[in-house]
Amino acid sequence: MTGEFVIDIRNLTKRFGELVAVDHVALKVRRGEVFGFLGPNGSGKTTTIRMICGLLTPDEGEGTCLGYDVLTQSAEIQRRIGYMTQKFSLYEDLSIQENLLFIARMYQMKDPAALVEDTLDRLALTARRRQLAGNLSGGWKQRLALGACMLHEPDLLLLDEPTAGVDPKARRDFWDQIHLLATSGITVLVSTHYMDEAERCHRLAYLANGRLLATGTGPELIEQSGLATWRLAGSGVEAVSDQLKAMPGVETVTAFGTRLHISGADHAALEKTIASLRGRADLTMEQVQPGLEDVFIHFLSDAKEAA
Amino acid sequence: MARPRFSLTRLAGMIRKEFIQLQRDRLTFAMLIGIPMMQLILFGYAINADPKYLPAAIVQADDSEFSRSYLQALENTGYFNFIARVERREEVEHMFTAGEVLFVITIPEDFSRSLVRGERPAILLEVDATDPIAIGPAIAAVQTVTPAALNRDMEGVLQDLKAQPGPIDLRIHRRYNPENITQYNTVPGLIGVILTLTLVMVTAIALARERERGTLEYLYSMPLLPVEVMIGKITPFIVGAYIQVTIVLIAARVLFHVPILGSLWLLSLALILFIIVNLAIGFTLSTIVKTQLQASQMATFFFLPSILLSGFVFPFKGMPVWAQFIGEALPLTHFLRIVRGIMLKDAAAADIWPHIWPLMVILLVVSTVALKRYRATLD
Repeated sequence: MTGEFVIDIRNLTKRFGELVAVDHVALKVRRGEVFGFLGPNGSGKTTTIRMICGLLTPDEGEGTCLGYDVLTQSAEIQRRIGYMTQKFSLYEDLSIQENLLFIARMYQMKDPAALVEDTLDRLALTARRRQLAGNLSGGWKQRLALGACMLHEPDLLLLDEPTAGVDPKARRDFWDQIHLLATSGITVLVSTHYMDEAERCHRLAYLANGRLLATGTGPELIEQSGLATWRLAGSGVEAVSDQLKAMPGVETVTAFGTRLHISGADHAALEKTIASLRGRADLTMEQVQPGLEDVFIHFLSDAKEAA
Repeated sequence: MARPRFSLTRLAGMIRKEFIQLQRDRLTFAMLIGIPMMQLILFGYAINADPKYLPAAIVQADDSEFSRSYLQALENTGYFNFIARVERREEVEHMFTAGEVLFVITIPEDFSRSLVRGERPAILLEVDATDPIAIGPAIAAVQTVTPAALNRDMEGVLQDLKAQPGPIDLRIHRRYNPENITQYNTVPGLIGVILTLTLVMVTAIALARERERGTLEYLYSMPLLPVEVMIGKITPFIVGAYIQVTIVLIAARVLFHVPILGSLWLLSLALILFIIVNLAIGFTLSTIVKTQLQASQMATFFFLPSILLSGFVFPFKGMPVWAQFIGEALPLTHFLRIVRGIMLKDAAAADIWPHIWPLMVILLVVSTVALKRYRATLD
């Protein structure tokens, strides 16, 4: 393998009939990085991941994954990546052990039995080895799926919304695992909807309507957005929420419990609007650092306007 | 780029997985066992038909005006199509076992001399009675026509011969199934029908099921070759199919007393080829369809012509030419000839070879299509 980038794709494009699912996307992912892939449903995250691992043939573009050409060497790539699909994709009618053995054999691992034994041990699933995979709870299924795609010791993990429908405790454990893997040198590309998960990534890419809107670390994305955010609190919050949306400089108004986040890229106009509310006794206001969520909602509304 | 190489380890892993899944899939398993039983009971009796222009051969040792007009009279009934004139008995045997003709009419050497003398010479009508329904109307026609067939030639001094019982002594010799038992024909055929129905269905849903359950994407993401997937998916059903065949064969003996005259080994060999052909067809369908529902629709689409045009329901030789043409492309057609040949006529390998190679050709074509169509991507 060559170069510092584990994934290096340029102009990757995929069309399904009229629809451009992925539109000239370029990504560079460094070794040992946990790279977060964000965007609303249907933004092209899954399609991009599928093109990287050779499940879909790109209509345009080029690139490498682990030093192999994504267009011509998908067999080599598949041998060295672990792919966790969005839907649980182990065999529900096979037991935990049978599933793992099957995968170990597919990758022609030496001594599959011992390898599976180790994995069961690591996942704390030894006692439940004979249970059918379909009978596991969401959190355990996801643990098993991660264990399964790590079985052949891949250099790169592609995880497509791995924590959808998993409880917060299991999600946290899952992310601890991912960081552990990253420190051992494995690169992880993970798509997600959750902001707390986005914050745990080294770098992020934001995709909407098949276009890559921004890439960088969390703070870099906030910086790039050029967004200013004000936080309003107090008992008058609900009353002003609707009227704020129509006021100059306001792009988004988001309620966080009893607080409102008001964001906009036009700092001066936003400040004027906020100033007009000053003096109301039932409101307090302060300028805050925009959160990733504010930034993503901003990206999204920008993308909608463009479309 | 290095081409990925075929791996026995992977194939074995794939087969193992399919076996476990088959064991746990009670419905498919029940279908494999239940359908033969049901069909066997339901298809007890075949459908009536009145096939015409059946292939017949003539052994004509006496080439006289009389024998010619007799044969003409038979041809005029519309039931016979004289496709060959043979010289020696051995050829007759071969034509029967290979299923080339259903009738052989033998006119003896001294036919016209005996006829003129009023000795009522015998004409032998040998019949392949394997399929009683196919030959019934034809035999009836011969019996009706024979007494008066030579009336026009019986002029002058021969006038008296017109009197009953007629100038010719017709002898009918039913071969293979002398008692005209319909099940002798239906039951061996059922082996082929059952295998076609169940095997095409179970493999047609094979890939569609993985697609619907979401496991196909994962399977595709692994370094598996199409041929490994195909053989892996097919193998467990070869075992299942042999269980089916055993059930039908035992039922054939015990319930319907159908004889098994030929070699069981030869039958097993022919069976394995036929089973693989059907599984390959099913797998090919499964590379085309998207859902399990579509798969079962496609399987039905394939099954209907198989059962109707193969000679199982309607006598093959009685069908119009276009239907026979389609029938020849169906594996069941060839298998029916093989299984009836082996079980009822003690056919040897050489006799069934003309029906073996078409199966091989079908297998080759179908597998090529399957492997071309199966691409390990979701495009």
